[in-house]
Amino acid sequence: MRLKRMWAMFMARNYEFFRDRAAFGWNFLFPFLIIAGFAIIFGGDEHREFKVGVFPCMATDAAVAAACVPAPLQETTHILYIAFSDMAQGLDKLKHHKVDLLIEKGTRPVKYWVNENSPKGDILEKMLLGMMVAESQTDMVRQKAVSGRPIRYLDWLFPGIIGMNMMFSALYGVGYVVVRYRKNGVLKRLKATPLTPFEYLSAQMLSRLFVLLFSIAVLWAGCDLIFGFKVEGSYLDLFIMFLAGSLSLIALGLVIASRGTSEEFANGLLNFITWPMMFLSEVWFSLEGAPRWVRGMAETLPLTHLLRGVRKIVNDGAALADVAPEIIVLTGFTLLFLAVGALLFSWNK
Amino acid sequence: MQERVILETIAVTKHYGAVTAVKDLTLEVPQGICLGLLGPNGAGKTTLVEIIEGIIPPSSGQVLYLGRPRSTSFREKIGIMFQQTALLGFMSVEETLRTFQSLYPQTLSVEALIRLCHLDEIRKQMNDKISGGQRQRLLLALALINQPELLFLDEPSTGLDPQARRNLWDIVQNVKREGKTIILTTHSMEEAQQLCDLVAIMDHGCIIAHGTPGELIARHTKGIRIVLPAGCLHQLSPQIAAEAKVVDGRTIIRANDMNQAMHALVAAGIDLGRMRLETPTLETVFLNLTGRQLRD
Repeated sequence: MRLKRMWAMFMARNYEFFRDRAAFGWNFLFPFLIIAGFAIIFGGDEHREFKVGVFPCMATDAAVAAACVPAPLQETTHILYIAFSDMAQGLDKLKHHKVDLLIEKGTRPVKYWVNENSPKGDILEKMLLGMMVAESQTDMVRQKAVSGRPIRYLDWLFPGIIGMNMMFSALYGVGYVVVRYRKNGVLKRLKATPLTPFEYLSAQMLSRLFVLLFSIAVLWAGCDLIFGFKVEGSYLDLFIMFLAGSLSLIALGLVIASRGTSEEFANGLLNFITWPMMFLSEVWFSLEGAPRWVRGMAETLPLTHLLRGVRKIVNDGAALADVAPEIIVLTGFTLLFLAVGALLFSWNK
Repeated sequence: MQERVILETIAVTKHYGAVTAVKDLTLEVPQGICLGLLGPNGAGKTTLVEIIEGIIPPSSGQVLYLGRPRSTSFREKIGIMFQQTALLGFMSVEETLRTFQSLYPQTLSVEALIRLCHLDEIRKQMNDKISGGQRQRLLLALALINQPELLFLDEPSTGLDPQARRNLWDIVQNVKREGKTIILTTHSMEEAQQLCDLVAIMDHGCIIAHGTPGELIARHTKGIRIVLPAGCLHQLSPQIAAEAKVVDGRTIIRANDMNQAMHALVAAGIDLGRMRLETPTLETVFLNLTGRQLRD
């Protein structure tokens, strides 16, 4: 093994990444835009989970529309009230799931309509019924549910977005690119030199690792500056967790890169891997309560373990020992993928 | 003194499924010469060369370098200029040379390569911003970077304009003068005639003719073609007219004895000012041996 040869390939790949300004910019802009978008949607006071129509009410503003409903219903911040001039208009919106429930203004008892095909409508109905009953008449007493610093949805989502970006960058940046190199003859040219497959693949891996860690650092700093994220655990532990996760995802990219010359096939294969990983690894939502087999499948994906570890450190202040299971699993994935990738690798078409 | 053989293929065969691309091929390449591998498309030239280069393994047979099986250091001794190779993206010409320089233990200096392959004007340009001729010169420079003893050139002048082609040939001639052995794959008979000391013509996975260009022309062509205007045919003596045919409005006579043919034409009162002579070339040899049927 010659470090000089590995270094030359490492630098060549880095030049390609940093000089391709369009791809470089998009690598940072894409996750930032997603986080910014979610911050706008979920971060402010304007977000309302449920939409309730009220008629007859001539208001154009949601705050004014809220005045058209009985006082107890005005107290919640989770409902957006939308005014309609008449019942027909309201029922049409309800039928098309534009609103979750419809109330007629000024009726006693309050008349309301629910779309029976709307799960949100069912929940909302029970919620409104509860709100119309005085607290003294209920059998429930509200306790303080969560202690300590509250975790915003954005705090929970942020590691997911970073992880998703890492996944795409690792798999496409290695898998797709090496297949392209094989197709256009770059690998054949390199095979004609003393460069060994181990040196070449190691350089690809290290280059992508450098790029990933650099991207995470820039994204984290940028988003922290704007949205104010707080890491409960240690930054060193977080770095180690990202390192283990990055290596496992890059190694998976090397498996895809090991054979083939069809970019279309590589793209299809990458989609086949990235889409389930995106939905099953809790990037966007928790799998708590999902069927057992779904949760079982999620455990076979490296991104699941990476995100679980990162969230434990960021949100719960976990130490390195607490995330040891995740790090061990990710290291296992890395070794497995590297072995398979090295076994299958071919320079030729 | 017997020539030293730098490279030998012994009974090399390569199958792709039911197709045999190279068939039991044995070849010796003397050191310090330029060997031209000619053949129609699908003849097996590229497969043979890639087996020799170590890019693909043979199905059977052996390749020897300096009388021994090729070792891992073989790649440090050879230089390859592939016909279809993308260059590393987002790198300048000079950076590309430096990157490849790092892959070998013994190399020419980048400055020497830039001088040798006339790359000075484009050294700072990105690989994807250079012309076809400049690109071929860069690929040649990459092939020469490790001062190879054995150089493979795969259709080096394909797609180049006449100036760029001549320029590339000049560089190859300079490399030849340094005593390097060159194996050149080409479709250009002119290129083979300009650069090659020995020529091997391949077809259907076998070498069907082998020798110097002069030997091949002498062995596989007959006489000189005399081309005259079509109207001359009726003026010719019956003896010469029997050897003549009219093709595309021209009278063509194949003459084995030029002196006799000239006497006969003068005696028949033919205006020799309108006569053209076509001497046989490697192209004639190639077409005589491989036929005129189109190959794809």
